[in-house]
Amino acid sequence: MRRAVHFTLNGERVEAQVAPHESLVEVLREEFGLFGARESCGQGLCGCCTVLVDGVAVSGCLYLATLVEGAQVETVERSATLDEVQEAFIERSAFQCGFCTPGFVLMTRQLLAENPDPSEAEIRHYLSGNLCRCAAYPEIIEAVKLAAKKRQRS
Amino acid sequence: MKRASQATETSQIGRSVPRLESWLKVTGRAEYVHNLRLPGMLYGKIFRSTVAHGRIRRIDTSAARAQPGVHSVVTAAEVKTVVPDPYYGPAFHDQPVLALDKVRYVGEPVAVVLASDPHVAEEAVHLITAEYDELPAVYDEVEAVSSKAIVHDALKPAGTFPDLKHLKGVKNTNVALDFRLRRGDSTKAMASAARIFEHRFRTQQVMHTPLEPLVSVAECTEDSLTIHTASQSPSFVRIEIARLLGWPENRVRVRVPFLGGGFGAKLYIKLEALVAVLSLLVKRPVKVSLSMEEQFFTITKHASTFRIKSGLSRDGRVVARECEVWWNGGAYADIGPRVTQKSGFTAPGPYDVQDVAIDSYAMYTNLPPAGALRGFGIPQLVWAYESHTDMIAREMGIDPVEFRRKNLLREGRPQATGTVMRDAAIEKVLERAAELIDWGKPFDRGSGTRRRGRGIAIGFKACIANTTSLAAVQINADGSCTVYISTVDMGQGSDTAMAQIAAEVLRLPTEAVTVVHSDTDVTPFDMATLGSRSLFHTGNAVKLAAEDARAQLDALRQQLGLPPDAAIADIFKKKYGMRAGSVTGVGNFIPPYTPPDENGQSDNATPFWMIGATGVEVAVDTETGRVRVERLVNVADVGTPINPRIVETQLSGASIMQLGFTLFEKMLFDGEGQLRNASLAEYKIPGLLDLPPEIVNEAVVAEQRTGPFGAKGVGETATFGVSPAIANAVHDAIGVRLTELPLNPEALWQALQQR
Repeated sequence: MRRAVHFTLNGERVEAQVAPHESLVEVLREEFGLFGARESCGQGLCGCCTVLVDGVAVSGCLYLATLVEGAQVETVERSATLDEVQEAFIERSAFQCGFCTPGFVLMTRQLLAENPDPSEAEIRHYLSGNLCRCAAYPEIIEAVKLAAKKRQRS
Repeated sequence: MKRASQATETSQIGRSVPRLESWLKVTGRAEYVHNLRLPGMLYGKIFRSTVAHGRIRRIDTSAARAQPGVHSVVTAAEVKTVVPDPYYGPAFHDQPVLALDKVRYVGEPVAVVLASDPHVAEEAVHLITAEYDELPAVYDEVEAVSSKAIVHDALKPAGTFPDLKHLKGVKNTNVALDFRLRRGDSTKAMASAARIFEHRFRTQQVMHTPLEPLVSVAECTEDSLTIHTASQSPSFVRIEIARLLGWPENRVRVRVPFLGGGFGAKLYIKLEALVAVLSLLVKRPVKVSLSMEEQFFTITKHASTFRIKSGLSRDGRVVARECEVWWNGGAYADIGPRVTQKSGFTAPGPYDVQDVAIDSYAMYTNLPPAGALRGFGIPQLVWAYESHTDMIAREMGIDPVEFRRKNLLREGRPQATGTVMRDAAIEKVLERAAELIDWGKPFDRGSGTRRRGRGIAIGFKACIANTTSLAAVQINADGSCTVYISTVDMGQGSDTAMAQIAAEVLRLPTEAVTVVHSDTDVTPFDMATLGSRSLFHTGNAVKLAAEDARAQLDALRQQLGLPPDAAIADIFKKKYGMRAGSVTGVGNFIPPYTPPDENGQSDNATPFWMIGATGVEVAVDTETGRVRVERLVNVADVGTPINPRIVETQLSGASIMQLGFTLFEKMLFDGEGQLRNASLAEYKIPGLLDLPPEIVNEAVVAEQRTGPFGAKGVGETATFGVSPAIANAVHDAIGVRLTELPLNPEALWQALQQR
């Protein structure tokens, strides 16, 4: 039932034996010990399981792992060195419990890649698929603005 | 955050240190039980009741057992081989590990399938069938008082609380606690009042929805058990599991890393008893992780009904108040009886009323259990008394803020319990909220189908008493410091705040302090992380422990003939001739408390008061009934903010959470007690698009003299006033008064049609 899937994970070529029903987030967790993408609502509605596949954010809890054959997969663990987005999240206190934070970080990276200087309304709309029950939303908006500034400077 | 600087600030206190765990959280590397896998671990998936109330006739697990890959299936019969009397709970021993003889709500756990592959376990759950002899059920908290449907055959108080003892063995009732408070003679005062106002308010059942759903893992040896759990109360878990098993506490170890949110959902026993029993049955590690859907069947916030009656003097003073509150506790009491009493006694609000009567009832019904949710009952009470306050003021033609000023409970005056108010900046908080929302100043009131209004509300909360926290502070040979506490950091920033307190006492930078996460084999007892108590209680314990350590270091300096300013590393070096040794200070904090008498009177009902006021400006669309909060002002008395930035995020986060409970969140049940919206697809929580465009947070200059460096708790304060402030603003905008939450477009539109 399981078959080999080959893909690039955080810059490294990898292989995993995957069952057809297994989600990407399960495979990242069970096969690679990566916990940054995490299942919460299980319906693709909260954004906690966000993973980038070929540079596009997907809900890892719904995305079948077999579909990443040949793809570039990126999780929040890509680098232990903080980027501008992560620095900005720390500087603006843009998280509390931290469970949703990796999803917000990845979505913010994708937003800033598409739109280096987003307005507040654009930030709200772009990140509206990510939920934070601690409601650090005002701080997240501030952090995204700061990250945009930091990236423009660098 | 708007804030004036305070005299109580020092080098580490009042400093917005970024959270100590920041790197871990932004890189996805923070430890949660959610991540934990142990060798040989089995996953448990739960089979749940489909009826609201019934006797279990038969459970057929044969098909599930026969499914390839299934390790075993466990029902109450197997549970009883490990725990003969498998009932748990903080106030009542009423909740079985798995349903025993009866089921009491739709979604109650009845059986568990264990397998190495969680998908196999889940599939096998669908092969289990159960038959029930259905019994009449009751869902409404007021109907439950007189209903023939009786949820529990006999009441079983846990015995730890004196005010529950009279309920032991009582039959034919759904009242799990009848708290009563009498001050003066409200009947007489009511009779002499110039005007009487009486209203009835309701709140709906909602859920915490922590994004890390409830999860516990247990592993055992022949005579020891380790539970890794997403819990706010590790010390309670150890005590309760040890009691169930009849084991000494030192054979039960409870470990808690970070929590992915808690909000009161992860208190007392949730999955811990289940995983403990399962692990002991199968002699392997067992993990049970709930789905988001299953959380709705596990713990919720009390729906409530509040009848409030006030007698007014001609000049607008409240001379008498009568409060009757019914709390819908669902099928198991959880901490409901404490909500009923500890919050119940604040039901008349932060007002100076001579003659008061309160009756507060914890009710059993056939719904999912209710417990603590960010405010411990207070938001339900403030919703009612602050709506009521506005209704009276407007009816009497008095400005709502002026009316509140006239009746405010001021410093030095007795509250309904008789406890004299101290360090409670009620007046200041109200005044600042009014100022920040531009109360009394003209604004654009809109026109046509889009109308605007302003509202204000103020609430208060007594911190739960009496509770204990212990702490240990270790100074290592290099001068670094390790804090040992059982307070759980679920996102509120307790690790950072505790490190700041220890650092301040020891004159270290906060960053030189680490905090060990709760592990009952290592960290000392703490009642629980709840009710905004930790900063005050554990904070005081950490301060005492750090002072103890500092005194020991000072004594060592003297013994060793070192100067008073000798570096810590030099003390150890001189004493041991090398880098070795450590010093441990201990702190044990329990504030004074007087239990209430039979009339609810006490001269010391609480260690401190939390005060929160909310001002809002709303826009109402009269065609759709939609309410948008355009400006939200949160003002609080938090004493001295230890970490102003974290304080601000607590105020802001709490108010946004309460915004969801006010405007749209609601658990919808059908006539058979079946929940219809147990998922984030149908139960919406606030997202970025629900955020008010303008949010202002302010901590007034205040000091809690008994708190660590003048601080007190803040986690719940900004929830208090949100709901009534919005209802008051809606009334201000369109003259429509809603008395039931949530204030969703449907409810408002219907009220508009009836106008």
